Amino acid sequence: MVDIPFDTTAGIAPAEVAEVELYHPRSWWTRYVFSQDAKVIAIQYSITAMSIGMVALVLSWLMRLQLGFPGTFSFIDPNQYLQFITMHGMIMVIYLLTALFLGGFGNYLIPLMVGARDMVFPYVNMLSYWVYLLAVLVLTATFFVPGGPTGAGWTLYPPQAILSGTPGQDWGITLMLASLILFIIGFTMGGLNYVVTVLQARTRGMTLMRMPLTVWGIFTATVMALLAFPALFVASVMLLLDRLLGTSFFMPALVEMGQLTKYGGGSPILFQHLFWFFGHPEVYIVALPAFGIISDLISVHARKNIFGYRMMVWAIVGIGALSFVVWAHHMYVSGMHPYFGFFFATTTLIIAIPTAIKVYNWVLTLWRGDIHLTVPMLFALAFIITFVNGGLTGLFLGNVVVDVPLSDTMFVVAHFHMVMGIAPIMAVFGGIYHWYPKVTGRMLDDVLGKFHFWVSFLGAYAVFFPMHYLGLLGMPRRYHDIGETSFIPASAHDLNAFMSVAALIVGFAQLVFLFNLVWSLFKGKEAGGNPWGAASLEWQTPETPPGHGNWGKELPIVYRWAYDYSVPGAARDFVPQNEPPAGLLAQGAHS
Amino acid sequence: MAVAFVLLLVAIASVLFHLLSPWWWTPIASNWSYIDDTITLTFWITGAVFFAIVAFMAYCVFRFRHKEGSKAVYEPENKKLEWWLTIGTAIGVAAMLAPGLVVWHQFVTVPADATEVEVMGQQWQWSYRLPGKDGRLGTTDARNVSSENPLGLNRDDAAGQDDIVIENGDLHLQVGKPVKVLLRSIDVLHDFYVPEFRAKMDMIPGSVTYFWLTPTRTGTFDVLCAELCGAAHAQMRSKVIVEEAKDYHAWLEKQKTFAELSGQRNVAKAAYKAGGK
Repeated sequence: MVDIPFDTTAGIAPAEVAEVELYHPRSWWTRYVFSQDAKVIAIQYSITAMSIGMVALVLSWLMRLQLGFPGTFSFIDPNQYLQFITMHGMIMVIYLLTALFLGGFGNYLIPLMVGARDMVFPYVNMLSYWVYLLAVLVLTATFFVPGGPTGAGWTLYPPQAILSGTPGQDWGITLMLASLILFIIGFTMGGLNYVVTVLQARTRGMTLMRMPLTVWGIFTATVMALLAFPALFVASVMLLLDRLLGTSFFMPALVEMGQLTKYGGGSPILFQHLFWFFGHPEVYIVALPAFGIISDLISVHARKNIFGYRMMVWAIVGIGALSFVVWAHHMYVSGMHPYFGFFFATTTLIIAIPTAIKVYNWVLTLWRGDIHLTVPMLFALAFIITFVNGGLTGLFLGNVVVDVPLSDTMFVVAHFHMVMGIAPIMAVFGGIYHWYPKVTGRMLDDVLGKFHFWVSFLGAYAVFFPMHYLGLLGMPRRYHDIGETSFIPASAHDLNAFMSVAALIVGFAQLVFLFNLVWSLFKGKEAGGNPWGAASLEWQTPETPPGHGNWGKELPIVYRWAYDYSVPGAARDFVPQNEPPAGLLAQGAHS
Repeated sequence: MAVAFVLLLVAIASVLFHLLSPWWWTPIASNWSYIDDTITLTFWITGAVFFAIVAFMAYCVFRFRHKEGSKAVYEPENKKLEWWLTIGTAIGVAAMLAPGLVVWHQFVTVPADATEVEVMGQQWQWSYRLPGKDGRLGTTDARNVSSENPLGLNRDDAAGQDDIVIENGDLHLQVGKPVKVLLRSIDVLHDFYVPEFRAKMDMIPGSVTYFWLTPTRTGTFDVLCAELCGAAHAQMRSKVIVEEAKDYHAWLEKQKTFAELSGQRNVAKAAYKAGGK
């Protein structure tokens, strides 16, 4: 009837690619530390990202203490508050989410999901991690240098980022820029691996249109990152030159603390264009892997194929492409030419359409499914709610004139936390609960998991949903203390205090999660190879956890897409991707 | 069952919070009520979509949760449904974008009868400048800034001599008169933000940005800085006083021009050098 790409035998070419020679570890060091196995690198990435993420979490507690109870905590001064917000934002966006989705999930899942033995350039892949670790260490060092970390805000806008009115103007900003440069170098090494592996190392029968959406999400995000990060790279180098050598890329003639500086002729807006040319795709670099993971979690745990697979793939690709022509919606009130507003508002709102399609297809996958309310499924549901909420407030901020009163207020803070903080973190948690059994061979504890879920979801929602209304009220962001105003009622301070208490409780629940991760490693229930009854390839490995080389002697052959759940007439409610058609009772499930 | 209930509760609680909570925008004091209208429209459309999606999810979780022997339906695609949803979304998006762009066009089109005022930001205070009798503002440059000339006016520019200079003070505006607010900074980015006006714009060293508005009611309004500008960003405050023409002109009479201020400063300096007379 229709040309559906998941018929069972199409696209299986004879094996043309020779078996790869793997680098086999010879010692404990090369097995666990300087490993070239993508799965070990993935775990290294994940542990490092979550460790630095804990630092950012603690910073968020300090910020919430200050905002909820201004003046109570004498150990937080205005300078430190700015340093907290800067480091919190930068760590969460780049060093946690980007690294965890691409370096963590990407490394672990891409080779397993496409049926490869490893990444195509294992040595470069290993280097990628070590450069990333170096970037994290340089970033961490800024907490201990004279003047402390930079307080320029995570956007690092010049001129203030490198002038003396901003904390961390000396060592802090220099090391921050150095760390970003290192991160981008490390990421590029990993990113090239992910892209080439997806394009070149898929096993026989694994056509592009049979790949799980997780791979599509990570793959597209990586391509985007390879195109977007160079903009941040050059911006960082140029800002570093302005700071250290006195060039004036971003610096017009200006006065610093009453003294005329030597700068002249540069453009602060240029930095903003470069930053957001990276920064907006970055939002989707974090979102697309989450989209993919959520699609797979919903499908597996609702025992139903993902609805509208092809539309989902094209939506991912379309969003990826469109996200490169919307960046200046972060700059509606930056002072750029106001006519840009027409163009960027239009492109920005157009991007809502493929995004909405994804949401519809997730909830339509639930429709007439067989929904198992496992912990991964719960996180997937929470992802949809928080993502829809944050996506819809994006329609406020993307619509240029609506953005004017709301920009630079707490509304923006609430929006981006909902859409690219809470939602992707829900996907991360869902993904960890889902794939932990494959990584360790044991299940995460269910009771702790459900506790973690309910506190995190409802708590985070209680923090960020009301926050929109503080922004509507006119409360600006990046204020350590709103102080005396004529327009903020006393009740808003009570709301702030409530949000702070909620944030601390959510923070506490993350400790339960960490405990669960460690405890289940030793005491968790044995998982077996495929505890969820999933059809995609990573669950069909001969060993769990998979050994080096993933597939034992023979690479798997793929006969179908990754979503054959509840196929009419099949013996089980899932058909693995590598199960030959002969094993299927009803041949043409869709004929 | 419980999960479906909680999901539905989240949707209902969100709507109730929106309708019942006391936190809402400040009463407007400018002509930009169109912006408020666009926000209200956007709230209606997005609120409906949010509620519909979450309620649908909750229903699915309730109706199709796993029971012994239940099995999912196999339905890979439904082209018709997918197209209808796409078209419906496109219409909803257009319904928000079109009025938004119309209002933006008004926002960027300054009326011919708007008078100019200049706001200058520096770490961490606000200064203002009004054109003098000639109705024109003189040129400026950050390189001219000194303790005698804190706003950096061009001494050679005749148009600037009668400019009224208010260093680190408050701005007065006339109610009902459109103004084009020219924005300037001599050090870092700032943003002239008066919540009741709805309009705001960044100030960039090296260039002059602007927005326009017509104040629609009298009163005293807070000026805040909305673009992170360093350590004392949160304390960078001033006030705008919107008043009737009579009061405004009375205030204007008392203000000093650039020439007067320079003269005063020169006198003070000469006195200091001569031995503090």
